[in-house]
Amino acid sequence: MPTDHIAELLERIPDKLLPLDRWHRAHGGRMVSFAGYQMPVQYEGVMAEHLWTREHAGLFDVSHMGQTVLTGETPDRALEAVVPGDIQALKENRLRYTLLLNETGGILDDLMVTRRARDLYLVVNGATKYDDLAYLRETLPDEVVITLLDERALFALQGPKAAAALASLIPEVTDLYFMQAGAFVFEGTQLWISRSGYTGEDGFEISVDVDHAEALVDRLCAHESVKPIGLGARDSLRLEAGLPLYGHDMNDEVTPVEADLGFAISKRRRIEGGFAGADRVLGELNGGAARKRVGLMVEGRQPVREGAEIFAGDIPVGIVTSGGFAPSLGVPVAMGLVASRHAANGTQLHADVRGKRIAVTVAAMPFVSHRYRRASVT
Amino acid sequence: MNRYFTEEHEWVEVEGNTATVGITDYAQEQLGDVVFVDVPAEGKQFDKGDEAAVVESVKAASDVFCPVSGTIVEGNDVLADEPALVNTDPEGDGWFFKLELSDMSELDGLMDEAAYKQFVAGL
Repeated sequence: MPTDHIAELLERIPDKLLPLDRWHRAHGGRMVSFAGYQMPVQYEGVMAEHLWTREHAGLFDVSHMGQTVLTGETPDRALEAVVPGDIQALKENRLRYTLLLNETGGILDDLMVTRRARDLYLVVNGATKYDDLAYLRETLPDEVVITLLDERALFALQGPKAAAALASLIPEVTDLYFMQAGAFVFEGTQLWISRSGYTGEDGFEISVDVDHAEALVDRLCAHESVKPIGLGARDSLRLEAGLPLYGHDMNDEVTPVEADLGFAISKRRRIEGGFAGADRVLGELNGGAARKRVGLMVEGRQPVREGAEIFAGDIPVGIVTSGGFAPSLGVPVAMGLVASRHAANGTQLHADVRGKRIAVTVAAMPFVSHRYRRASVT
Repeated sequence: MNRYFTEEHEWVEVEGNTATVGITDYAQEQLGDVVFVDVPAEGKQFDKGDEAAVVESVKAASDVFCPVSGTIVEGNDVLADEPALVNTDPEGDGWFFKLELSDMSELDGLMDEAAYKQFVAGL
């Protein structure tokens, strides 16, 4: 059977290695398969790394993510055909969180878009990057040139000491506020740095040529506040911060309104529409969606994990999409997709964990407050 | 007193016809930070290979299989409040449960410490 043959071939494709694969192993990283890459899941332990990031600064290698640029006459207007954000209004060196949508309003990916002087710079998820590229190529006009920057590595430096640590190498980064970006020079190489991240903490995401990545990472980790942090803590940090993970809390059958990401649908786009799936998405914005992504506080100490069914009495009303132990809170927390009539904060539900009923309560997110360095409202 | 080991990384300490069961240092190291342990109640009966306990780390949930058949005489209730004992003292205070063995001959199929060390070295 040809399909079996393809599946077999895919299974045999070995994981790719990060540019700093050897560095991670040398620093005690335990490598696991994730998004088609061998990635460090932890160094000294998820709990310690999580708490270190909340108190100091953690360095995450996210080079698996797809750094992509769009060039052409009006790539912003073109991109708006498949995302609900107002990309045309994005000012230079500003970034915006947006969603790549299919024709029925399902989320194909979530991404950051930055307007730079000569292009739009996109950062998409590692596991979806090749599908994203294919979809963009298929949907955007030919005059938009799409380039995957696979010669660049990407690192996130996150935590209350991140700014001081990065400023010890590049003092000018302190000029950036949350969701602002710019080009900086470090030891003769050009970096693209944005003040953004996926932990709820202040921090930066740093794009660097792979040939200069190790020198940068070594210099950052030489700072007393900085330690390398693995995927395990990246997941628990983003869960506490209430940030959804693509492929878990949302997928191509979940709409932006269901995912409670209505903030990513810009005002002008709400009026004008004109993006993939707009009929359904705008309809749900006005009339409500059948289900909603919510936070769940979990009673007791047993974590409730992805895939657990959620019940109101004996009636199934949803599913846990992410869950685990929240190291900063010392209790388990979760996110789930729940029928809208059971999605109000304070609603008492329960999750089925291998036949055991565990009480959960719908709760506001984030579970741990964000500490971004925002510009004052202008 | 005799200590045995399984390929599922449990240790079994036998005294008379009672066995104390826990997970090995290698197992806790692989699991990472343990945040929850569910131990069986007194009187429960298990066959060899049954799921007897659950251990959850920050990363994942794992079943602990009963390495030998028997009846539970005690679960380690301290683990409910101090699951991290499994990390700090896995082969001592972090034990999971004690059971009365129903078939002593099952011990013959388990590894001794030297064999377990060799087994782990080969992983």
